[in-house]
Parts: sequence; C-alpha cells; structure tokens
Amino acid sequence: MTEYAVVVIGGGPAGLAAAIKAWDSGAESVLVLERDTVLGGILNQCIHNGFGLTRFKESLTGPEYAWRFIEEVKKRGIEVWTDTTVLSIDKEKRVFAINSERGVFSIYAKSIILAMGCRERSKGALNIAGSRPSGLFSAGTAQKYVNVKGWLPGREVVILGSGDIGLIMARRMTLEGAKVRAVCEIMPYSSGLKRNIVQCLDDFDIPLYLSHTIVEIEGRDRVSGVVIAKVDENRKPIKGTEKRFSCDTVLFSVGLIPENELTAQAGIKLSSQTKGAVVDQNRETEIEGVFACGNVLHVHDLVDFVSEEAEIAGKSAADYANGVRGEKDCVECVAGESVGYVLPQLIDRKGGENVKLYFRVRKPIRDGEIRLESGGVTIFSKRKKIFTPGEMESIIIKKEDLAKFDSKSVLSVIGG
Amino acid sequence: MFDVLVIGGGVIGGCVLRELSKYSLSVCMIEKESDVAMGASRANSGIVHAGFDAKVGSLKAKFNVLGHAMMEDYTKELGVKFERNGSLVVAFSKEELNALYELKERGKKNGVQKLRILNKEELKEIEPNLSNNAVGALYAPTAGIVCPYKLAIATIGNAMDNGAKLVLDFECESITKNGDFFSVKSKDDREIFSRIIINCAGLGAQKIANMAGDFSFQVKARRGEYLLLDKNQSGFVKRTLFFAPTEKGKGILVSPTVDGNIILGPTADEVEENFTDTTTFGLSQIQDKAKVMTPNLKLSEVITSFAGARAYCDRHDFIVEESTVVRGLINCAGIESPGLTSAPAIAKYVVEDLVLKDVEGVKKEDFNPTRRPDDFFAKLDVDDKNEIIKREPSYGRIVCRCEKITEGEIVRAIKVNPKATTIDGVKRRVRAGMGRCQGGFCQPQIMEIIARENNLSVFDINKGSKGSYIVKEITK
Repeated sequence: MTEYAVVVIGGGPAGLAAAIKAWDSGAESVLVLERDTVLGGILNQCIHNGFGLTRFKESLTGPEYAWRFIEEVKKRGIEVWTDTTVLSIDKEKRVFAINSERGVFSIYAKSIILAMGCRERSKGALNIAGSRPSGLFSAGTAQKYVNVKGWLPGREVVILGSGDIGLIMARRMTLEGAKVRAVCEIMPYSSGLKRNIVQCLDDFDIPLYLSHTIVEIEGRDRVSGVVIAKVDENRKPIKGTEKRFSCDTVLFSVGLIPENELTAQAGIKLSSQTKGAVVDQNRETEIEGVFACGNVLHVHDLVDFVSEEAEIAGKSAADYANGVRGEKDCVECVAGESVGYVLPQLIDRKGGENVKLYFRVRKPIRDGEIRLESGGVTIFSKRKKIFTPGEMESIIIKKEDLAKFDSKSVLSVIGG
Repeated sequence: MFDVLVIGGGVIGGCVLRELSKYSLSVCMIEKESDVAMGASRANSGIVHAGFDAKVGSLKAKFNVLGHAMMEDYTKELGVKFERNGSLVVAFSKEELNALYELKERGKKNGVQKLRILNKEELKEIEPNLSNNAVGALYAPTAGIVCPYKLAIATIGNAMDNGAKLVLDFECESITKNGDFFSVKSKDDREIFSRIIINCAGLGAQKIANMAGDFSFQVKARRGEYLLLDKNQSGFVKRTLFFAPTEKGKGILVSPTVDGNIILGPTADEVEENFTDTTTFGLSQIQDKAKVMTPNLKLSEVITSFAGARAYCDRHDFIVEESTVVRGLINCAGIESPGLTSAPAIAKYVVEDLVLKDVEGVKKEDFNPTRRPDDFFAKLDVDDKNEIIKREPSYGRIVCRCEKITEGEIVRAIKVNPKATTIDGVKRRVRAGMGRCQGGFCQPQIMEIIARENNLSVFDINKGSKGSYIVKEITK
C-alpha cells in the first residue's frame, strides 16, 4: 500500500495551510486529497474582499487568499490529488478514497489531518410548512451559482438567517440587480459579523427583521412568496404578526455544520457543542496521529484563524509522523456560564507552549469577565466590553500556567 | 393505435404497464407530469403490509395478501430494495391490547401468517427504543418495506425495456369513444388512440372516468405529511411501529426506510386535489406522536419534511373493474393503503382477467423480467468498481458527497428507461441530493450534467414540474 507521512483530507484553506506547515516542519511526504477539481475550497466562491486582514494586513478576496496558499503548496512540490473523494478512514490510519484515475484505492498515513470544512444546514432541517417549489437555496449554493457559474437564481429575494453568508449574499444579489425584500433572523440578534450587517444590509437599505422567521412557503412550481412572523422568547411564531412578501427566491443561511461523517465513521469522539472532534491544543483527536483543523473542527468567522489553527495541526502531524512527540498529560477544559463551547476541549499539561483557547458566548453580553478556573484557582481573568455569539473570542494561556490546570477547568463569562 | 393505454405513471400504472409488456400487445403509458411517480407514489410510507388491517372479504384484503406474497420475487427481479423488517402494532393501554387480539383474528381470516402478540418484555428486547409505556404489540414478521417511487420507476423502466411506450407531460383533456377505440386528447393538442384504457390516474381517476363518460364513483384526496431523519439514525428502530388503528386509519408510524433513514408520519386530513403543502400543525403533530412511540427520537436529525396526497374513494374499498357504462375502460381507482403492497397483484388481475378477455395477447418469449438496479454500482465490490471506472472514468467522480453518488451513476439515470430529465428525477433514481445537505453541494453539478446529456441549457432544467426552474438568467 502507498504510504505517506501526512495525508491531508481537504484542500480548502485549512488543508492548504496544514499541508504547508507539515512540509515545513519536516514531514517526509505530504499528500492533499481534494474532492473538487481545484484547490481552495469554499474560498473560490467568496469573491468579496475582507479576507486576510489579520494575517496579511490587507483586504483580499477569497480566491486571492487561497491563491497565496496554493502557490506555497506548488512551490514545495506538495502532492495534490484533486477530483478525489475520501470514502472512509480507519483507526490504522488507512485512507480509502476514489477518483477516476485510480478507482477505489487506499493509502496508509502516519498522520492524517482532517480538513473537510463544513456544510450549510439545509432548509429541510427547519420543518417550515408549505410547498416544496424550486427557488429555495442555501445561501452558499446561491453563492456558487452567482459567483462561480454566473447564473442568477432569481430577482426577488427573501433571506432567512443573518449568518455571514446570508448577509454577503444579500449584498451580492442586490449588486446583480435583484431586490432583496427582507432578511429574517429568528434570534433577537444577528449571528453574523457586525461589519457585514453594516456593509451588506445597512448600506443597501435592506431591512433586517430580528426575532422573525418564515412560517410558510408559497408556490407550486417556483416559490412565489413567503409569510414571515415575529417570534416570542421561545422562538415560537406569534399569531397576528404575519407579513407576506412575494419573491421568486428564498435563501437560507441558518447555520453551518462541521462535516464530520468521516470522523464519526472512524469512531472518533465528537463534541456535542462544536459538532467537531474533541481535540487537545495540538488539534490531535482521540486517535493518535489523527488531527483536525478549520471548520471541520469548529466553525470559524474568519479564514485567518482557520489558517492559524491549521498550522498548529500541520506541525503536530509532522512531529507525530517523525516520532518527535513526547508523552501527553491531558485534562479537560469545559464551557461554563454563558459559554457555548471552548476549543481545545483537552489541555495537554506537558504541552510546553502557550495555548490559545477559542470560545463563543451563548448570548450577547455587555461588560463581561472572562474567567478560567481550575480546582478553585483562577488561572486567567480579563474584562471585555462586548461579547456576541457571532464573534469568536480567544485568550492566551501562558505555558507556565499549564501546570495549574486541575483535572477539569471551566471557562466562563460572568455577565455585566 | 395502441391495444392498451395506461393513464397515470404511479406504482399501480407501472405494475400494470409491466404486466402488459409481457404480452404481444402494443402498450403505452401517459403521465401528466415531467416524470413518473409524481403523485401518491412519490410520498408515502413505503410499507409492505402483512394484511391484517383490511376488512375480511374486501378487495383490499384480497389484493393485499396476494401482493404481499408476490413482493419479494417481484422486487428481486426489478432490482428494487425490499426488506422484510416486520411490523408491530403497539398498544399503550389494556383496551388497545384487547383490540390487538381482534386484529390478529382478522389477519388470520385474511390469510396472514405468523402473527403473534408480544408482551412488554419481548417488545423491549427487540425494539429497545420503544416507549416504556407500551404494554404489548401485534407482531407481523412478514411485513416489509420498499421504496414506493423506486418500485414505480423500475416497473415502468422494465416495461419500456420490453417495448412499452411512455409519454410524459401529457395531461388529458378529453376522451372520446369512436366505435371500438378511444381517442385521448391532451391539453397541448396531442392525440393518442387505444382500444382499451386502464385508468390508474390516482387522484385524477375520477376526472379521467368522467371524461370517458363514467360517473359511478368519487375520488377524494387525503394528505399525509412526513418527516425524514438522517441515515445516521439508522437502526434506531428496526421494525415498522404502528399505533393501534382507529376509524381514521393506521395513524402515524415510526419506521426505517430501505435506504436507512427513519420516516415519521403520516398525518391524514382531507384536502383538495393534490394539495401537498406541509403544515406547522401537521409537522408538530407527527413529532408529538412519534415521541410517544419512541421518546429517545432525535428530532434534531430531521433532514426534510414533505407531504403526499393519496386518493380514496367513496366506496371505501379499491375499485378494480371494467366500467359498467363505458366498455373498454378499466378503472383502478381509490387505491389507498395498502395499495403499494397490492400493486403487483392488482396488475396481474387487471391484465389476466380484464384485459385479455377483450384483446388477444400472447405471452412474449423474449420478455426480460429483470432490470439492472439504479444503485447497482454501490453494491459492487472494489475490483468490479475499478473495472467499471477503468472503462468509464465518470464512475470515479463522486458528485453527491452525502450519498456518495458518482457522475457515472447520474448519467446512467438520465439515459436508461424511464429517463430522468429533472433534478428530482435524478434524486429519486440514484439518491443524488437525497442526503443530509439536501443537494446544497451537488445541485449545480447535477443540473449541468442533465443539461449536457440532453443538449439543453441549464436555464431549461427544472427541479421537478414544468416551471420549477432553478436558475433564471446569466448574471450581469
């Protein structure tokens, strides 16, 4: 069987950065498996700018951001097989895949990096009443039609969900001459970035209906309209608040789900909070030598942080393949008050490096205190003005503090 | 001029068409939609009923038991998945438990084998996710599941492979009898002539009969809403779980599908013809009932909801007979549950007892009863798959990542009988777009493949019905 030191599953931003870093960290051979015909993943359809502000200190488009990494991969001569879909992986770190050239085949890897990204929650999962006409798209699918294929789905649009892709598509459809009648958000706040609300809705006078949802879809062949209604604090529609909009297109931007079918199939433990693998700060999963990074691990707001995380996984995977990783001593780190999730969920006390802890709050908080406690001791504490679920937060734990972690530590945000 | 014209491309019409194609007859099917299996056959529970429900002596009871006995070989020939998973009618009270004994007795009279009453402990052992409040159940180990639209597609495909003709988008406007043959006209002025008409038009059966001059029955529509759970819930229940039946029918069930999903539903309410909108009330009713049956059900894993409208008629039994007023018109109407189970038996009866008494047909020697299943590729072992990929590299390109469907399989669905021409048509044949992302990733590519294979523009490709276009125009 063919053997590689590091096999990276997915050639999007996470996979690319991980492959580069694995190579640079001394991995003897690196192979990237990508199911699409080209590298770059979802960035290829994100033709708006705003990528790379943190990493490159410039505002790039998605394809430009991807290009920088693709160039680096090429420069190093890292092997890439596109049009290749991974079917499964197993505990012996065999990767089973399929493509036109090799048929169904398997590869043995010393380390595997999972970088499959995420998918959009579909309309089907929402149980919206009404008909099932055409014209209902997840926002990302519409984005692909408009930006990659050059086909406009329709001219009168209602968007459900104010996630970033929904907001970006509100602007994109407007620029293409479509009329976006409304963006509805079931929560009392948007789950998208503040800058996207301003630049994509406010600047184009697109109304945002907070605490509203679609209660009915109309139209037999093509969608002809939707009925929206205000929801109460339990997110149940309030009778008498219905409004009808006619439209020929409805976009759904109702959440992203890490695509972990391969991970789950391999028997790797998933977190019910992130829907991604449970990992330590090296992004190593429950199976030794299997790492995960990017949106397959937890959904990021900014690609810059995906790249950063992927580099951690890339280095760790190379080290593991080269046998230079030492003993581990992992303890749990869990989400406490007002915190939706913490990542990594495991802290290796022998890690020897500073650890960046990512987390999201569950609801908007003003003037909160981030507090990390372990065994009755406060390891970290800091105040911050505004927290929203739409923006991922992070704190740095100093390496000398790692010894202070007890068997279980809790990260909380103590509200206002 | 055809010998026999079948009106309606559902599972009843499909089985009839296939049965007809065994004989030296010229046969044709017309269907008003752009694909077959677009009515009740598209959206129902897919249960192969054991046969204890139907009233003793009814046509329902007769065809159910006959059809049930045929189903295993029938589906095997056609390459359609059938699973004898067994069914349980679950009692939640002493009264319901007592009623099960009556049901069992009725089953016995209908000729159903191996029926057994299980106690609470036995139940818990075979279905651990069943509610603790269940007190007993009627177990029918011979009951099974099948995919209704795949059965319709396969029967029609097989009939076409054996010479039957299919005309799509043919909506009847008038039927005239000229001496010993009928002239059937469509809304767009096409005309087909046939000696015999078999009315398998489902919800439209009354309309068709009326056009031909038969006003002897009424067909009404009953809507059933459903929820479908992700395949990751496969194995949650193994058998089809029914509540004890009421006058309104068999009620909401929790069942596996042959494809590994879990299906919940149906509701049952009267609607206007073919009104298949889902309702907030209906969908929440299903969830509530399903939770009573199986409290650990993970409703967060719902991947889609849908509704189907089924025909039932005022006689409250199947109508399978030659019209008493219009000679040469054979009505298969009001085929509600257990219609899917009964379909092969109804078809056999219609052709052997009703058609062949009027027209002469000899059994064809070259009739091929088998059809290569649309999902044949997935069942192959690695070496066979690689053999195919070597010859046809498109079988190495996965298009639908959730269901792992290759481009080769999609192209095949567009090329073999009955040819898929729409996004939904491809989905129903090979499951591309049927998975958890519901086509989010693969729809653009499937649309391009359909356009490419038919020399069409993507702007001509529909989701399902005419007018259900996906993309409208080129961007600025």
